[in-house]
Amino acid sequence: MKANLVEAVQDGLRIALREDPDCLVLGEDVGRNGGVFRATDGLQQEFGDQRVLDTPLAESSIAGVGLGLAAAGMHPVCEIQFAGFLYITMNQIGSQVARLRMRTGGGLKAQMVIRAPYGGNVRTPDLHSDSFEALYAHTPGIKVVLPATAYAAKGLLLAAIEDPDPVLFLEPMRIYRGFREEIPEGRYTVPLGQARVAREGTDVTIVAYGAEVSTALEAAEALQMEHIEAEVIDLQTVAPLDAETVIGSVRKTGRAVVVHEAARPVGVGAEVVARIQEEAFYSLEAPVERVTGWPTPYPFVQAEGLYVPSMARIAAAVRRTLSA
Amino acid sequence: MGYLREAPNDWEPLRLTAEDGKPLPEVQLPSAETALEIFRWMVFGRIFDQRMLSLQRQGRIGTIGSIRGQEASAAGLGVALRQEDWLAGSYRELLTYLVHGVPAEALITLYRGGVPGPFPAGVRALPVQIVIGAQMPQAAGLGLALKLRQEPAAVVACCGDGATSEGDFHEGVNFAGAHGLPVVFFVQNNGWAISVPRARQTASATIAQKGFAYGMPAALVDGNDPLAVYEVCREALERARAGGGPSFVEAVTYRLGPHTTSDDPTRYRPDSEVQAHEGRDPLPRMRRYLEAAGIYPDGLQEQLEEEARTVLGEAVAAAELRPPVTPEQMFDLTWAKETPQAQRDRERSIAELREVGEL
Repeated sequence: MKANLVEAVQDGLRIALREDPDCLVLGEDVGRNGGVFRATDGLQQEFGDQRVLDTPLAESSIAGVGLGLAAAGMHPVCEIQFAGFLYITMNQIGSQVARLRMRTGGGLKAQMVIRAPYGGNVRTPDLHSDSFEALYAHTPGIKVVLPATAYAAKGLLLAAIEDPDPVLFLEPMRIYRGFREEIPEGRYTVPLGQARVAREGTDVTIVAYGAEVSTALEAAEALQMEHIEAEVIDLQTVAPLDAETVIGSVRKTGRAVVVHEAARPVGVGAEVVARIQEEAFYSLEAPVERVTGWPTPYPFVQAEGLYVPSMARIAAAVRRTLSA
Repeated sequence: MGYLREAPNDWEPLRLTAEDGKPLPEVQLPSAETALEIFRWMVFGRIFDQRMLSLQRQGRIGTIGSIRGQEASAAGLGVALRQEDWLAGSYRELLTYLVHGVPAEALITLYRGGVPGPFPAGVRALPVQIVIGAQMPQAAGLGLALKLRQEPAAVVACCGDGATSEGDFHEGVNFAGAHGLPVVFFVQNNGWAISVPRARQTASATIAQKGFAYGMPAALVDGNDPLAVYEVCREALERARAGGGPSFVEAVTYRLGPHTTSDDPTRYRPDSEVQAHEGRDPLPRMRRYLEAAGIYPDGLQEQLEEEARTVLGEAVAAAELRPPVTPEQMFDLTWAKETPQAQRDRERSIAELREVGEL
């Protein structure tokens, strides 16, 4: 079937609801309205308002209720309407969901998924455009997954729903309807904790995830004109990070550029760079570059196009590593 | 002008017995067996509190909150629970956890800095909550699961007066109200949130009336009258189990001890206030009731105290025999399903310790 990213998410949810009687979907506007991005369109009609549940407008309780459901053995998929609102959920996710297993000595598990559209460059109102993956990547106990394609979105989501650990599933809003691709009908999974080589190359490794994978691939295509063959790694899961795939690539290419649209300080890029210097230091031919959002809060819409890493900025960083 | 209305504020806490232990006229009281069961747990709670405070002073456990003075609320609620009900409480409800089947050894282990769980099979309880109010939406989630599975069971979500200021308190109660969930919200109003008195916590005439705002019936009960607490909780829990939806209980009690072993209450509340409340201690009050009802065997309290000391002595010994938490255990408890990289990172962390002989 042909699907864009948001349709792939919807298909994944439909399959989970159909095949797993313990699965349910809850969040703001997910029922009758089908979600503000239509990620849950038609699900309430198909599965009823007990399994596709409109919640009161209160993000902390959406995560907290999810924990209670999971503690009782259900497999909730909670939607937070925009990742920009994830600060509100920090206690329920960081202190509660991510630690339920530990605090109960393994007696209770938080098999649950928290979905949220993330990222900018879509002219949203103030405070809707953040990329908060690093906040949760810094919180052991919850896996943090960011799909870059429709195929991955469905496969990773189904893997997340059946994973016994909680998963924060951040969907790149910018490419929700960016492109359609052929994806398999029915259930398939893409393993969590495993990066993917999105493009093979020999000269430099570009590490990206989410919406920036597309931008990195465009940069790699453009660099081909300059006889530069860039390998693009799509991390897919940023926590726990699949460092091994990154290290393997960097050992081959000797150069690396890490890309994300989240703010630079203590971002996922910093972790990737640290891993590279720990395990591939002697393979490096040049300092590792980072192309990221600025060390500022996410900017006003008029400047956001300059904040989100562009193909040109990624290509320039690649050239810097090659001329070093 | 004159459009604004005041909420009624003439609500008095429900009592079934007077301070002298005598039943009030025309009240329905629990059976002698139930009353004795509640008394047994109240005594256990009192001895547990003494034992924990003394262990803390000896450096054998860490900081712990005192539950002295609140045994009537905790035991009245606990005895009203059934095995299939879920308990979501905090560190002030340790006695309710014990009544509900969590072994003392698990709680002692928790305060020794060890892994407290898993609780025994069939004991339905969330971990003892530390972040104030966080258990409230979680309890709504448990209630939603019971409702969806049509299980005839209830959830009790406990918190204190301080927690009623937290966002999560309101979000949790509201969620349960909006979705008609089988949850009983049970607030022990003990007068103080560390040093902040109830009057500075909320301008509401009662905490119980907050339940009305979320569309559920509420009760205001004398939290030092264990029989009244039990009867109110029994009604609320039965209603929830039968599909009648959520309800809200405020039990008015008093924290006779410090907030925790790290707290010095003389800094913020007058001795005279504490002394007055010592005179309303629920334990002797319950004993007076049993005596007046003619169901108090000679020497019962002393015998129960002795039994509690024996049980707790064994629990402390067992907890102290448990091997210390290992790094391996921490990794085991972080992920149910470790990714290959998480596995490598675990090995690396362990190797670092081995290298310097710390493991």
